[in-house]
Amino acid sequence: MTAADNASLLFFTELVGLPVFDLKHRKIGRVRDAAVVPLIHPSRIDRILVGSGDSWLSVRYDQIAQISLAGIQLSNEKLYPYHSDEYMLRIQRDLLDQQIIDVNGRKVVRVNDVTMEIARNGSDSLNLLEVDVGVRSIFRRLTQGVVPSTLVRRLQSPIPPNSIRWEFCSIIEADPLRRLRLNISTEGLEKMHPADLADIVEELGRADREAIFESIDSEVAAEALSEIDPKMQASILESLEPEVAADIVEEMAPDEAAAVLSKMESETTEEILDEMDVEPVSEVRELLEYDFKTAGGMMNTEAVQLPENMLQADAVVALREVADVLNNTHVVVLIDGGGRVTGTVPLTRLFLAEGSARLKDLVGDRLISIKADERDARAAELVDKYNLLALPVLDEEGALAGIITADDVITFLRQK
Amino acid sequence: MIREKFARLKHHFVIFLAVMGPGIITAVVDNDSGGIYTYSQAGARWGYLPLWTLLPITIALIVSQEMCSRMGAVTGKGLSDLIREEFGLRITFGIMILLLLANLTNIIAEFAGVATALDLFGVSKFISVPLAGALVWFLAVKGNYRSVEKIFLFACVIYVTYVVAGVLVKPNWGEALIYSVRPKLMLDSGYITMLIAMVGTTIAPWMQFYQQAAVVEKGITAKEFRESRIEVIVGCLGTAVIAFFIIVACAGAYRDNPTDITSAGQAAEALKPFGAYTFLLFSAGLLNASVFAACILPLSTAYSVCEGLGFESGVNKSWKEAPIFYWLYTLLIVVGGGIVIIPNFPLVQMILLSQVLNGMLLPFILIFMILLINKHHLMGEWRNPRPYNVVAWLTVIIVIGMTLALTGLTIRNPT
Repeated sequence: MTAADNASLLFFTELVGLPVFDLKHRKIGRVRDAAVVPLIHPSRIDRILVGSGDSWLSVRYDQIAQISLAGIQLSNEKLYPYHSDEYMLRIQRDLLDQQIIDVNGRKVVRVNDVTMEIARNGSDSLNLLEVDVGVRSIFRRLTQGVVPSTLVRRLQSPIPPNSIRWEFCSIIEADPLRRLRLNISTEGLEKMHPADLADIVEELGRADREAIFESIDSEVAAEALSEIDPKMQASILESLEPEVAADIVEEMAPDEAAAVLSKMESETTEEILDEMDVEPVSEVRELLEYDFKTAGGMMNTEAVQLPENMLQADAVVALREVADVLNNTHVVVLIDGGGRVTGTVPLTRLFLAEGSARLKDLVGDRLISIKADERDARAAELVDKYNLLALPVLDEEGALAGIITADDVITFLRQK
Repeated sequence: MIREKFARLKHHFVIFLAVMGPGIITAVVDNDSGGIYTYSQAGARWGYLPLWTLLPITIALIVSQEMCSRMGAVTGKGLSDLIREEFGLRITFGIMILLLLANLTNIIAEFAGVATALDLFGVSKFISVPLAGALVWFLAVKGNYRSVEKIFLFACVIYVTYVVAGVLVKPNWGEALIYSVRPKLMLDSGYITMLIAMVGTTIAPWMQFYQQAAVVEKGITAKEFRESRIEVIVGCLGTAVIAFFIIVACAGAYRDNPTDITSAGQAAEALKPFGAYTFLLFSAGLLNASVFAACILPLSTAYSVCEGLGFESGVNKSWKEAPIFYWLYTLLIVVGGGIVIIPNFPLVQMILLSQVLNGMLLPFILIFMILLINKHHLMGEWRNPRPYNVVAWLTVIIVIGMTLALTGLTIRNPT
């Protein structure tokens, strides 16, 4: 799209300062700002704010006859003074120079200008098309008002445009009430990959960051939170209401939840634990007992253990029951009659075996395991040395306390 | 009771170690090549007389640095981000152009420092400067922030060389102490120029941006801010102590024949009679300071400018994702280093120019900082207390006054 020579396009920088004429073609003032009312229409400019004398007048979209670079001609003169309206998203005040999230490009951008389309059906109205970032819009901002608009359009044409479609823009608003009034949807953010969302959140200021975690779905929040720098995780959770924080922590893997909670002040941790549901909270509490720098502090309690004498066919049936745990599982842990761990079987080997095979016959080499109170570095060493997908963590009696996966080791190594 | 107090003290100390970095690094890099030259010149020409300025300068330094870290900790945003959001694109653009210019001259000064220091050891600048440039570039682009920060913190220790050098010169301590608290004003253009340069080099504009960015990067929150504030103060006091010893060392070296020296290298040479170690320590300090600042300045400039203008930035992004950031960063190093190796380039004037540009830009930055930090919707209960505003405004007025005075003097009798 060549925006420069398209007569049906109008940049916000051009709109600001345009003269506004009444029915007798007398100038009543100049445009100061424009606003969308997202609850009524997501992209139509609903109000144009016109400065006349000391006060601003508010022009509704259906009071406009014609819009051009020469000015705005009204079709209706019954204008009301502008008084602050919390349902308005004002372009100049709320959008220009602020950060928004480009949901499609998965990054945080700063708004330089806004491109609007002049819709001509009987009377003219403006529709938000794109948010402009990059060099071209900076050039426009700097030169607009200094040189004539037509010249600005001509001069900017060699610079490649860099814009984001309005529907891919997610506005960041820290105030929850205003978020509702501006009808800001979190759908776009929730559709992003949690790791991308985490990157975006890390780039934002504190208030904006907290606002996002407060408003998005707790499952997405949990996934994104586990991708964030551990120190920031704690400070985000601390800033949230305990109920909201608890909802998010419940959705996290118990080992990750415990890792975050252990970094927070004990009072806040207790508050959050109190708000959590019964089942995950006991696992998290158990994990919190371990020192952060031990295998126990690193492990996950979500593990599948089966009796070593079980038949393969029965094992497959049993595994179907716990299918959701299998997402993060690569091995099945075998236990004897006394509950002690005797070996591990990789899932693939288990599934490929005959139905009549006993699980203990599928066990590979001797059991590699670690005690819960051994150092975390030792666990990383074992996983590396024996190329393990998963390392069982044993308690004092030799029973399974949890499991360390290669994923946990990567996280550990990355944090060093 | 005592045990409890001890436990609390330990708690604060642990947090202090965790937040340590931004304040100390910024304050210490403050004594960069231009700084060392300015202090050396002050001592060589005026002896102990300028020492009194260190106290008010340090107070102003602490106040400005504290304001930056407070803004970083409370908002989690960089200084250029805040200026952009609150004052719009045009003002931001103007400030960024000025910052870019001032910082470029500073970067030239740093590479000039590298050239001078290694020249003292007999290494040609045609070798030392390109090598230093390459080292700096790779350290930031290929290293990671945490390890780089550790290297930097360690490099801070090397500044002790100045203290040792100062002691080895055997200065007149009694006189030095008296002049540290006795203000001495003279209507001498050289003396006033020296005072402006001292302020300009100590409270540099780039520091405000770097400090705030480092606090944000480190993820320091308002809750840890008490410890972070202590760190800022410790860092600033460290700067003052090092500046004190540089002045004292040069005052001692030139006590019999006060001289207008033209480079920090000349000061190092003058220390030779006091033993080979004094000379070595001073030159090693200069080299360390120059490399250290050359690492931080281009990166900090690229970050500030790209953030303010809304370009993608960050060493964790690829060249394709953040082209303007990388080009800017690379150009700053190449141009900064390149200018130094142009034969017969007037380096001394360039270093002086960098200090003057710093001094001219500083009041604007300070004014925006004061306006920002008093905004309720940004800072809430963390807005500036009145004494801070008083000191900050006083600094602005004094620096503007002195800059005007300098401009006036330069116009009247151009050199």
